[in-house]
Amino acid sequence: MEVLGTKIDPRSEEYQENRAAMEAKLAEFEALMEQARQGGGEKYIQRHRDRGKLLARERIELLIDQDSPFLELSTLAAWGTDKRLGANVVTGIGVVEGVECAILAHDPTSQAGSMNRYSVAKTLRIMDIARENRLPLINLVESGGADLPDQAEVFIVGGKWFRNLTQLSKMGIPTVAIVFGSSTAGGAYFPALCDYAVMVKERAKVFLGGPPLVKMATGEESTDEELGGAEMHSKVSGLSDYFAQDEHEAIRMGRDIVSHFNWRKQGYGPTKDPDEPIHDVDDLLGVIPTDLRVPFDMREILGRTVDGSRFEEYKTVYGTSILTGWASIHGFQIGVVANQQGVIFSEEANKATEFIQLCNRHDTPIIFIHNTTGYMVGKDYEQRGIIKDGAKMVNAVANSEVPHITLMAGVSYGAGNYGMSGRSYDPRFVFGYPTHKVAVMGPKQLAGVMSIIARQGAEARGEEFDEKADEARRTAIEAQIEEEEQAYFSTARVRDDGLIDPRDTRHVLGIALSAAHSGPVEGTDRFGVFRM
Amino acid sequence: MAISKILVANRGEIARRVFRTCREMEIATVAVYSDPDVGEPHALEADEAVRLPGATPGETYLNAKAVIDAAIATEADAIHPGYGFLSENADFARMVAEAGLTWIGPPPDAIEVMGSKIASKQLMSEADVPTLPSIELAGLSARKSAAMSIGYPILVKASAGGGGKGMRIVKDPDDLLNAIEAAKREAAGAFGDDTLFLEKYLSAARHIEIQVFADTHGNVVSLFERECSIQRRHQKIIEESPSVALDDRSRKEMGKTAIVAAKAVDYVGAGTVEFLFQDGSFFFLEMNTRLQVEHPVTEMVTGLDLVRLQIEVAQGSPLPPEALSPEMRGHAIEARLYAEDPLNEFLPVTGTMHRFAFSDQTDGLRVDSGIENGSEVSVHYDPMLAKVIASGSTRQEAIGRLATALRGAHIHGPKTNRDLLVRVVESEQFADGETDTHFLDRHDIEKLAAPLLNEEEERLAAIAAALADQAERRRLSNVLGTIPSGWRNSGSQPQRSSYTGPQGEHDIRYTMSGNLTAIDGQQDFDLISCTPHEVEFTVDEIHYHFEVARYGQIRFVDSDLGSTRLDLQSRFPKASTDEAVGSLHAPMPGKVIRVDVMEGDIVKAGQVLLVLEAMKMEHAIKAPLAGRITEINCQAEDQVEADLVLVVVSEE
Repeated sequence: MEVLGTKIDPRSEEYQENRAAMEAKLAEFEALMEQARQGGGEKYIQRHRDRGKLLARERIELLIDQDSPFLELSTLAAWGTDKRLGANVVTGIGVVEGVECAILAHDPTSQAGSMNRYSVAKTLRIMDIARENRLPLINLVESGGADLPDQAEVFIVGGKWFRNLTQLSKMGIPTVAIVFGSSTAGGAYFPALCDYAVMVKERAKVFLGGPPLVKMATGEESTDEELGGAEMHSKVSGLSDYFAQDEHEAIRMGRDIVSHFNWRKQGYGPTKDPDEPIHDVDDLLGVIPTDLRVPFDMREILGRTVDGSRFEEYKTVYGTSILTGWASIHGFQIGVVANQQGVIFSEEANKATEFIQLCNRHDTPIIFIHNTTGYMVGKDYEQRGIIKDGAKMVNAVANSEVPHITLMAGVSYGAGNYGMSGRSYDPRFVFGYPTHKVAVMGPKQLAGVMSIIARQGAEARGEEFDEKADEARRTAIEAQIEEEEQAYFSTARVRDDGLIDPRDTRHVLGIALSAAHSGPVEGTDRFGVFRM
Repeated sequence: MAISKILVANRGEIARRVFRTCREMEIATVAVYSDPDVGEPHALEADEAVRLPGATPGETYLNAKAVIDAAIATEADAIHPGYGFLSENADFARMVAEAGLTWIGPPPDAIEVMGSKIASKQLMSEADVPTLPSIELAGLSARKSAAMSIGYPILVKASAGGGGKGMRIVKDPDDLLNAIEAAKREAAGAFGDDTLFLEKYLSAARHIEIQVFADTHGNVVSLFERECSIQRRHQKIIEESPSVALDDRSRKEMGKTAIVAAKAVDYVGAGTVEFLFQDGSFFFLEMNTRLQVEHPVTEMVTGLDLVRLQIEVAQGSPLPPEALSPEMRGHAIEARLYAEDPLNEFLPVTGTMHRFAFSDQTDGLRVDSGIENGSEVSVHYDPMLAKVIASGSTRQEAIGRLATALRGAHIHGPKTNRDLLVRVVESEQFADGETDTHFLDRHDIEKLAAPLLNEEEERLAAIAAALADQAERRRLSNVLGTIPSGWRNSGSQPQRSSYTGPQGEHDIRYTMSGNLTAIDGQQDFDLISCTPHEVEFTVDEIHYHFEVARYGQIRFVDSDLGSTRLDLQSRFPKASTDEAVGSLHAPMPGKVIRVDVMEGDIVKAGQVLLVLEAMKMEHAIKAPLAGRITEINCQAEDQVEADLVLVVVSEE
């Protein structure tokens, strides 16, 4: 197979500029990640430790196998909102007793682990990931319940996680709740709806209503322990299956539980040599241009991501604005669909449609790498059927049944986002570089379009067009879109599974592919009717 | 007459040692083995092996009849007794001859005379061999005056003794009677003979012995000396040749004396005449009528094979020219490696020796061992694992090689005296040749037997173990095995492994990120390579190379610095319960029918404390251990919940 070369010149001015800009961006990204890791901040962390408790991430570290990797998801949820960065919950994929699991841990230092709209989004998302990829779900529970002021955005949407848990169970995907602290009202259903519940002595509190509420409702006097202590649930109600003396024992019990699942992955697993790429991954920082309107060669990313930098390209000289071909990552066979020149023409759409069908024939997961400004517009293209061709690509993507993993590397505008298996197409995972942008169109274009429509409206009404007001409006709209198109805006709303350092691409995709192989990896030959 | 098949009436390293020469001489070999020795190297290496049913020496290696029957059954024509067991048993030597077999050893009469300390001393003084003033103990009244005539300090010794049993040092006349009584009891118990004698005690003597060899043609030669002053509990642990205390003149003189001694008993074969040496004078101690444990040092400095000579002499051949005019070249030192705990009164320890290997890179090294990887070190026999012998052109070179070999050896099993041996040979006093039989008594054993790795070095070994264990876990991981170790996309937290070693607890926190490995609290750490079994790194530019072996939770970490055993601690320490040990819970809800004990009562393990009725069945609650009742939480007729602590028994 061909080994990808590289055209990067680390001494070039362009590379240096790109690199400097990317490093600045990554420094900002790292600072945010660090802020998220701090959860509720120093004071609350100290208070939590003083109670002899482990932090959410420490619980995860102990739960997963020593030295195994952990892929944290949606770390920057709730960015730029009035909620705490990270949304009071940590989610991710880790290996427990040799079994890849979806893990959810409430962060009790952050607003007592309460659930706001972003926490709910993150919770539902990890449950989707567990279901789609057939990953056992382990919940490390300690939450104050719903963020009551945010109840309007939490109550209706959030109810879905009750349903999700029991549906996972129905599908034979094991669910475990390890209760370290408060898990009351709605939260009480966490251990109840999981296959297994572990409760920590004198810590776990699981009840529908606490002593004050019970007093109000029925006049009955009661204590925490009587209503929902670990000991009571272990000895009396039977809600708890494992009675742990302390947090360490609870986590060990959780590991023991996973070890008896007798778990076998259903995908065919890695089949290729997982050797490292031959090009230095660090050079990726100089690959992506500061100005995302300047296209870049996706082969440079692939050459630093795929095994041995080996890439078998499909249709090299046809529809060259989309790059398609086969490779492997950490031994997992993949197909690649990547935007090369931004615009998708008819040839590109058809090439991608064919390629997606081929990947389905061969049960091969597809990695979509975004850098698209959308499908080509213009008389000529419309007359040659760009809509039909774009629709074919959407049809293929929408009905493809092999796992899709989407990487937002550059921009992703318009229907190009759909054709490239954007978030709304339920790819197994969506990851983005902190520099990526996603919107219906670029801010300038969008503002310009709005301006033209306004001008036409004014003309139609025979009014004079207020150039000054238009200018102000354009600036405002541009600023709004610039805000909304940035990576942090969408990751804040859990529209991806997390932003990643470009240098982590290979390992992130590797873990995602391995997770996808927990379930069956099978393609389909049934698609919607293709317009010809 | 030619010997074609030899049975070795012994086990362990000496049996293997004899087999080695037999193979070289194309003589067939027969081993005998006891039940605990099934599958041990000496039994496997011989051409034939005969089981001696039982485990105790009396049933097996000391069972003269069984050994001779084994020789007859396998048509062996000679028996080599090795050392210990039947080697100095004149009756056995006679039985061997009577059975028509060749005895590879001295004449029974010589064995008999030399077997008695009193008789041999008598004979020696008659032959003008210098002996220490001594007196056999006759009547009670004679004791004090006898002691006075010798002069204090005095050694009370058993005539049939050996190995320090039945021996007492008396410095103060007032202690004499007690010492005699104690020695008598001990001698009677150990040898069935409570005959004692008093001997002048030398407080700073060296133990120097002369290897002699005699054939049946009247040749008796001295193969020079061995100094065996370093002893623990009156047993040699380090032996060397030549002795730094002798010059050519004294060497010649002692050799001549030893020959006189051998001739006095018409000696044949290999023998050792032991002397105490102090201030240029030497005194006959005893003669060992067999091949000595420490014979390899003589072999290494003379180039002779003493076992070959023994066989040739037994065949009736004269000693060869190289033995008749022996030459001494260079220096050799032997260290006896024991499975024992020097810090616990040298008590033997047992267990599985998972791995036992010495580097084959060391020049001039010889290892005579009775064990191999996987051998069991059992309670039944002497805990000597091996003799490690190093030679060199100078004493210093031999010391260096011995220390290097011992330090770097892979000894993965029960505790040994390795670190003690290394510290002794590397000590300044040893280097200066200041050795006498009280060497160990003069030193602080805590220091002399301290682990070779100090706390800081042991921590480095623990770092190596943590990183090697990490590599092993990654190797064994069935999923995501090619993702870098401990990879995180959201900031790494250190991984943690804890080990307990002789120097204490080592909590190692390491972070592996890209090509960089950081160890918490370790400045200037640079990892060079890391596999499940080998770790190389530098700290402050100093290079370290460790080898890591794992057996369950136990790690053995070897390096040029020395070795250490580390025990991996669980990531999930057992939850501490605030409940008292010995708390007895109600197995189910029920009614207490009767309580048989009261607080403060002493109870035996298994004693019924109370009876509970539940589901129409009576359940007796019994004491799990012997102790005192410290708590009773119920009385007769009480209805109790399941799991209630009914009664607490505390160990006294």
